[in-house]
Amino acid sequence: MSTVQTSLRTAVEDTSLAARWQQLRANRNWQAMWFMLPTAAFLLLFLAYPLGLGIWMSFTDERIGRPGIFIGLENYEWLWDDAVFWLSVFNTLLYTIVASIIKFAVGLYLALLLNRHMPFKAMIRAVVLIPFIVPTVLSAIAFWWIYDTQFSILSWSLIKLGIINENINFLGDANWARASVIFANIWRGVPFVAITLLAGLQTVSPSLYEAATLDGATNWQRFRYVTYPLLTPIIAVVMTFSVLFTFTDFQLIWALTRGGPVNATHLMATLSYQRGILSGRLGEGAAIATAMIPFLLAAIAISWFGMQRRKWQQGNDND
Amino acid sequence: MTSFTPDRRTLLKGGAATAAAVATMSADQLLGFAKAWAQSSPFKPESGAKINLLRWKRFVEAEDVAFMKMIEAFQKATGVQVNVSNESYDDIQPKASVAANTGQGLDMVWGLYSLPFLFPSKCLDVSDVAKYLGDKYGGWTQSAEAFGKLGDKWIGIPIATTGALVAYRKSAIEKAGFKEFPKDLAGFSELVKGMNKNGTPAGMALGHASGDANTWLHWALWAHGGYLIDKNNKVIINSPETAKSLEYVKGLYDNFIPGTASWNDSNNNKAYIAGQLYLTVNGISVYVTAKKENPDMAKDTFHANLPLGVDGKLRELHLAFPMLIFTFSKFPNACKALTAFMLEADQFNPWVEAAQGYLSPFLKAYDANPIWTADPKNTLYRDVAKNALTPAGLGQLNEAAAAAIADFIVVDMYANYCTGREDLKGAMASAERQAKRIYR
Repeated sequence: MSTVQTSLRTAVEDTSLAARWQQLRANRNWQAMWFMLPTAAFLLLFLAYPLGLGIWMSFTDERIGRPGIFIGLENYEWLWDDAVFWLSVFNTLLYTIVASIIKFAVGLYLALLLNRHMPFKAMIRAVVLIPFIVPTVLSAIAFWWIYDTQFSILSWSLIKLGIINENINFLGDANWARASVIFANIWRGVPFVAITLLAGLQTVSPSLYEAATLDGATNWQRFRYVTYPLLTPIIAVVMTFSVLFTFTDFQLIWALTRGGPVNATHLMATLSYQRGILSGRLGEGAAIATAMIPFLLAAIAISWFGMQRRKWQQGNDND
Repeated sequence: MTSFTPDRRTLLKGGAATAAAVATMSADQLLGFAKAWAQSSPFKPESGAKINLLRWKRFVEAEDVAFMKMIEAFQKATGVQVNVSNESYDDIQPKASVAANTGQGLDMVWGLYSLPFLFPSKCLDVSDVAKYLGDKYGGWTQSAEAFGKLGDKWIGIPIATTGALVAYRKSAIEKAGFKEFPKDLAGFSELVKGMNKNGTPAGMALGHASGDANTWLHWALWAHGGYLIDKNNKVIINSPETAKSLEYVKGLYDNFIPGTASWNDSNNNKAYIAGQLYLTVNGISVYVTAKKENPDMAKDTFHANLPLGVDGKLRELHLAFPMLIFTFSKFPNACKALTAFMLEADQFNPWVEAAQGYLSPFLKAYDANPIWTADPKNTLYRDVAKNALTPAGLGQLNEAAAAAIADFIVVDMYANYCTGREDLKGAMASAERQAKRIYR
C-alpha cells in the first residue's frame, strides 16, 4: 500500500532535499514505521533473541557458569542415540494427542450444553472455568494428593467400596502414571476449550437454526450443517492453542511426577529442564528444547492451512 | 519461577515446641556473643554490606527458628543486612544455577551435596575460612575435605550433614524374627522380605528424590563394590559388582510397600508417621516428628546404620549441606564472616540442639555436643560424617560428579531395572552411556 502522491513531484530540483523531507514527513508509511518500531524492538528483544540464543546454545557445549564452544551437531547426534530422549518424544506426542482429542470432545460437548437455556446459566458458566483459574501448581498439588501412593482418596474410596484390595499405584506404574498426568491435564484444559467454543456458538445466528428447523433438519443435521461449519475457524484457533499449551506443558508434570517413574512421564520440556538446568548441561538442554520447534511449527502449519481453507470457503459458499 | 514442590514438610512442625526449651542461649546472650565476636573476628564485613542468602527449606522447624535467630544476631552485631530466602531441596539447585549463570541475585547459597562443584569457577575461594574453623574446632573430617575442596582450594564450607540412616520399628523387626538390626547384606534382605510377609513393609524411595533415593542407592552400589567412577574419574559402572547390587536392590524392591518408584523426599516421612511404613532410610526427622505426634511410635522407633558391604566396610552417602559464596558477590568479606560465624561454638551448639539431630557436624570438636548422647537414639547420627563418601565415591568431586548426581544416573539405573523397564545389562549400559557423556 503506497500513499506517495506522484503529483507532488513537481518541485524544483535544487529545493529537492527540503521537498523530499516534506514529502517523507507526509508519508504515512514512514510514520507507521516509527510507530511500529517499539513493538518490533520488543519482539526482537524478548522473542527472537532468546529463541536465537537457545538455538545457538544447542550447537555448543555450554554449561552453567561457563561459556561453551561450538561443537556443531554433537548434541543432536547424542540425542539421536539416546533412548530417554526418544521416550520423551513419544511421551510428549502421546500426551499431546490423547489430551487434545479428549479436551476437544469434552469441551465441545460442554459448550453445547452450556449454550442451551437453563436456570443459573451465568453461574454455571463461571463454575466451569474454575479448573482454568486455579494456578497450575495448586491443582497439581491437589492431584498429587489424589494420586498419592499411600493416601490416595480414590484408592481409599474404592477399597472401602470393596472394589479393589490394595492401593492403585497411580504415579509409580508407568502406564498408570501416564494416564494420571493426562487426566490432570484434561481436567485443567477443558474449560479453556469449552468457554472459547461457547463464545463461538453464541455468534451463530438463531435465524439459521430456525431456517434449518423449518426445513425439517434433525438435531444432528443442525449441528453438522449449521453449527459445525460456522464453528470451524474458532475450533482451528482453539485447538492450535490447546495443542501448543499441551505440547509445552511443564508445571503439571514437574509437580506430579518430575518425569518419573523411570522417565515414563518425562516430556521434552521437563527433560530439557532436567538436563539443562539441574544437571547444568545448558547445551544439551537447549538442543532438546530446540527439537520441539519442528513439532510446534507443524502444529501451527496444520491449523493455519485449515483456517485459510475456511476463509476461502466462507467467501464462496456462505453468504 | 515459582516453587513447584508441594510442601508437606509442615508435617514436621514437630520440633517447634521443643525449640525454646532446647535452645539454651537466649537472644540477648547470643547478641552479646555476636558483638564480641564481631570485634575479634578476622573477617571484617564491608560497611553497608547487604547479602542475599538462599537456603534449603527446613525439615525441622526449630532448626529454622534457631537459624533465623543467629542471622538476626549477626545482623545486629555487624550491621550487615542479610536477606534469607528458602527453597525446597529440589529447587535450590536450579535457583543457584541461574544465579551462577547470570552473575547476580544471590551472594551465598546453602545447598546440597556437591552444589559448589556444579559451577566451581563461580565459587569464591574460602580456604581462609576453612582453615580458621578447622584450627579452632579440632579439624575437619575427611569427608568434609572431600565435600569442600577442589584441588587445594576450598570452594565451599560444609556446614553440616544430615545422616541417611535406617529408621525402623523394633516391634516389626522382632515380629520378622530379628532381635537386632542385621549388619550384613543377606540379613537385611531377609528382614525386608520377612517384614513384607507380616504386612509391616519397608520402603525406600526410587523416584527422583534428591536426598532419600540417592543416599541409600549409592550405599547399595558401594556395598557390593560397584562404583560409578574409579579413582581417576574413569567410568566403571558397567561391572559384575554393579550387576550384583542391582539384583540385590531388586530383591528389596519386590518386598517394599508399593509405589516407591514414585516417591520423592517427603513420601517416606508421611507413610512412616501414618503407621503404614515400618522401615525406611531417612534423616532423623521421622523420629523427631514421631516424638511430637506419636510418642508410642517414637518409643518403638530405632536407628541403625545400613549393613556393611561385602568387604565388611561401611560406606554411606549422606546429605551434606555446603555453603558457597559466589565470586560475583560485592561483599565477599561479609559472606565469609557470616559463614565463619555460623560455625562458631557459641551459636552452632544451640543451633545443632534445636535441629535435634538433623544437622550432624563436620568439625570434630562438635561431637561433644550433649544432643548426641542425651537420647541414645541420636548417637548414630553424630558419626555420619565419618563414614561418608561423596557422591563421587572413589573419585574426586568435580563438575562431572555434580552433574551425574543431579541427573539421577545411579537412581535411574536401579529404578529402570527394578520396575522392569530395562534388563540388567540394559540398565547398566544406559547408565554407563550417560556417565561417559558427562565424564568425557
